[in-house]
Amino acid sequence: MSILEIRQHAGYLFLAVTLGHVILISAQVNSRSGVPVLEAVTFGVFAEAQRSTSKGVSGVRGFWNRYGGLRNVEKENAELKQKLEAVQVELQERRALADRARGLQELLDLRDRSKLKTTAAEIIASSASPDFRTLTIDKGTSSGLRTDMAVIAPGGVVGRIVTPSGRAAKVQLLVDRNAAAGALVERSRAQGVVKGVGETRLELEFVSEAADVAVGDLVVTSGIEGIFPKGFTIGRVDTVEKSGPAYKRITVMPAVDFSALEEVLVVLTPTPAREAAEESHE
Amino acid sequence: MRAAGVTLAIALALVLQTTLTQFLVRGTIAVDLVLVVVVYVALMSGSVTGLLAGTVAGLVQDVLSTGVVGIGGLAKTVVGFLAGIIGTQFIVARPLPRFLVFFGATLLHQTITIGLGVVLGLRPLGSPYAGVAGQALGNAVVGTAAFQLVELLPGAVERRRMAKTRLRR
Repeated sequence: MSILEIRQHAGYLFLAVTLGHVILISAQVNSRSGVPVLEAVTFGVFAEAQRSTSKGVSGVRGFWNRYGGLRNVEKENAELKQKLEAVQVELQERRALADRARGLQELLDLRDRSKLKTTAAEIIASSASPDFRTLTIDKGTSSGLRTDMAVIAPGGVVGRIVTPSGRAAKVQLLVDRNAAAGALVERSRAQGVVKGVGETRLELEFVSEAADVAVGDLVVTSGIEGIFPKGFTIGRVDTVEKSGPAYKRITVMPAVDFSALEEVLVVLTPTPAREAAEESHE
Repeated sequence: MRAAGVTLAIALALVLQTTLTQFLVRGTIAVDLVLVVVVYVALMSGSVTGLLAGTVAGLVQDVLSTGVVGIGGLAKTVVGFLAGIIGTQFIVARPLPRFLVFFGATLLHQTITIGLGVVLGLRPLGSPYAGVAGQALGNAVVGTAAFQLVELLPGAVERRRMAKTRLRR
């Protein structure tokens, strides 16, 4: 730019020089807040620019995040569902473990209470035929189990060992139609025989017509058959009917929920009747 | 060449301002020799030269003083620019117009200086009106005298006319 051109644009030059002076002065003078005017003005201008830029960036970022979020929401939703299902399964497992622990605790309490030598066993299978009510447990002869050992649960009598193998054993439930046990009514001490009928209820037979039996009475084992220890709970009298001139027809609701069994105790201590029988055999 | 002459004039004015004015100033009458030189250059050479001369002279003067650097520069820039415009738009060849230009230029210069001081909250002058009036009078007298002195120098008028003629071609 020649001097002539500069002279033709003297106004611009004047404005530029004046602006330069203003800036120069502003840089040296403090504003009312104590900050140099140039700094205050520059900061103010830049702050506004930064504010605008920040708003713009935030807007773009927010839009992008929302867009990205929408893109990932389906995938995230599926992942969350899977996690929820996993958590639900885990919760069920933990609940089952808690229930099992509670059941084991009850078994432990029963063992301590009975003062009998027992061994805990886990139910690993149920009956192979619907006509028979049996269970399979994970303990066998290797654990000292033998035929006709009593199997009990915290609720009461379960059944007896009918077929032991090395590491498992078949248990005949008390409700099996071939099962029976000596019983007595705890309140009146009336004796009889509890028999399974293949259903959910038991029948208490051979109870004298003159015996004092009422609905709700507790029925326990008498131990007379030599299998079940005396005094273990069988159930409660459900119905009492007159069956004939000599006996009453009594049904008993088992104390044990056979469909909900998971662990049982096998009584290793032989009953006195069994010991006597064994001694006689020997 | 002209730039060198202007620079030399400004430097000379600064030297004189810092050395001789203390003997010339009496009371409220003060002379700003640098401003006189700027106005003189502007009247002789136009607005751009006056503007640049005012900028350089004012900034140097500000730097050498204790005030805010730029206030004097801005004031002398404005004065030099406007004086240059007046010098090119009007005939300022007689002592009275020159006196008025110097007087008015000083008033404007002081108005800008004092006004900026007020705006920026700087310490105000004790009696600005008397001081401004006295300085305007002194600058006008010195400036007009300078013009007369230069024109009275041998061959000065002819050299000035020849310079203007070359510029027009």
